[in-house]
Amino acid sequence: MATCTGCSLLCEDIEAELSGGKLSKVKNLCRKGHGHFQSAFSERTVPMIDGKEVDLDRAIARAAEILRSAKSPLLFGWSNSTLEAQNVGISLAEKLDATIDDTSSFCQGILMERILSGSIPTCTLDDVRNYADVSIFWGADPSSSHPRHLSRFSYYPRGDKRQKSYEEERTCMVVDVRMSATATLCKDYLFRVPLGGDAEFMEAILSVLEGKIPRLGDKKKMIELGGLLKKTEWGAIFPGLGMVYSLQDNMEVFERLIARLNEITTFKVVPMVGHFNMRGFNELLREKTGYINRVSFKGGVAVHGPEQSVMAAAKTCDAALVVGSDPLSSLPFGTARALARLPLIAIDPRRSLTTDAAEVVIPAAISGLEAGGTAVRMDGVKIKFEPIIKADLPTDEQILSRIMEAI
Amino acid sequence: MVGAMEIYMLLPKTNCKKCGLPTCMAFAVGLLGREKKIDECTPLIEEKKYEAKLKKLREVIAPLENASETGLIIHPEKCFGCGNCVVACPVNVAADPTHCGVGLGPESDKVILKVEDGVVVSNNLQECRRFGPNKILCNACTATCPSKAIEFV
Repeated sequence: MATCTGCSLLCEDIEAELSGGKLSKVKNLCRKGHGHFQSAFSERTVPMIDGKEVDLDRAIARAAEILRSAKSPLLFGWSNSTLEAQNVGISLAEKLDATIDDTSSFCQGILMERILSGSIPTCTLDDVRNYADVSIFWGADPSSSHPRHLSRFSYYPRGDKRQKSYEEERTCMVVDVRMSATATLCKDYLFRVPLGGDAEFMEAILSVLEGKIPRLGDKKKMIELGGLLKKTEWGAIFPGLGMVYSLQDNMEVFERLIARLNEITTFKVVPMVGHFNMRGFNELLREKTGYINRVSFKGGVAVHGPEQSVMAAAKTCDAALVVGSDPLSSLPFGTARALARLPLIAIDPRRSLTTDAAEVVIPAAISGLEAGGTAVRMDGVKIKFEPIIKADLPTDEQILSRIMEAI
Repeated sequence: MVGAMEIYMLLPKTNCKKCGLPTCMAFAVGLLGREKKIDECTPLIEEKKYEAKLKKLREVIAPLENASETGLIIHPEKCFGCGNCVVACPVNVAADPTHCGVGLGPESDKVILKVEDGVVVSNNLQECRRFGPNKILCNACTATCPSKAIEFV
């Protein structure tokens, strides 16, 4: 059995058959995971300095040289690396007095902080499968982002207390701005909100729970929703990026809603983390510094704040190391341009816009397929995995250790 | 997916009974159920005025020919590989309760649906509730599909 690292569900029931060093047939892997693993056989990176192919040792030496001479380097990425690699990465940041940040900075970080500090109650996905009778996807479309979420945990499987599952005992709801693929499965319980209207919708739910008539939307439907939430025995809410981006700094409304729901019944929150080990990095950094992301070790003290986020640091740092991420494609143009102008080091198994723009490119093994390690699932469960195929490529951890030795 | 009415509209609608059925509507249902063939409607084949209709009918019927014994059609290009159908199928759950039943990929060979190389594939169709003359019109797999990648004729 292998583990898929295509998303943060870390499915452990993958059966892979190999022939000639390639995957010939893979069972139980969803389309997203299949694409993730098949990507290993095209557009792989080679060690490069300034666009010219070199050997690995020279690339690592050059990377170490850039980082050593930088006054305030930025280390970014991490969500697609194993815990072992992240650990070395944090030590490297401490050694370099660098700023370290991961993709949660502009993803689920704001919610993850509350989950890890305990201000929002959470549970494991196995608890969801065993006990949940109501699953709410808020601003998330798991059918596209985490294809096996519904079938493995939240809606279709039979659990200890939910033997009749989706047929009788489970209800799935979607709060979204559009009719997503997941919403087609629970049409009766799709609550459409206007763009940015999530906070207002939460206030409306709160007033329904107080027995008042909501001012928003279809009143009959809102009252029905209120009744359903009150009758819930064990509910789970899965907030996606849609909700996090809509609420931004207004997360207090969501906290209030969860607190109110927990006065009536049990409601847990499991954020829909995208990258396979984003939560792992957040937990690791929190353990070491007390902050989940956006940390600067300048002067030997861990400082946290918006100035330490990749968005701000990209403009103030003088060199950047990007591990397993493609910020040049995913970040706003201003930040991407600032990063592209820096001496950039990219550690990535595959070619991307970032590796194309990077001064030094170091190829790595793909975690889960060519390299083993440990990762943390979206619900906080640690999962250890072995590689499926043997590759001569070094892992992220080995590369980072070698860079650290060379500094 | 094409319906009986759509097929009926492309037939001569004369109720000539040459196909052995009392009405053209009955023949349309027969075509949909793959019990009848287009060639059995002799006026449609022989008479020139129906040429355009015949061409259209052949186009409309073509996808039905790919359907399995139970009328199952899988569109792999639409499938997400999410496994909702694998876990929801009552026959799958009965055949492999410790895996399919709790959301994992099946390990038994008796299951009907499983996910391979990122898309769903079907096996053992004789076990399907829709198989044979005494079929039950179960729709667990189609109702749980988020992308309409599974259909029944």
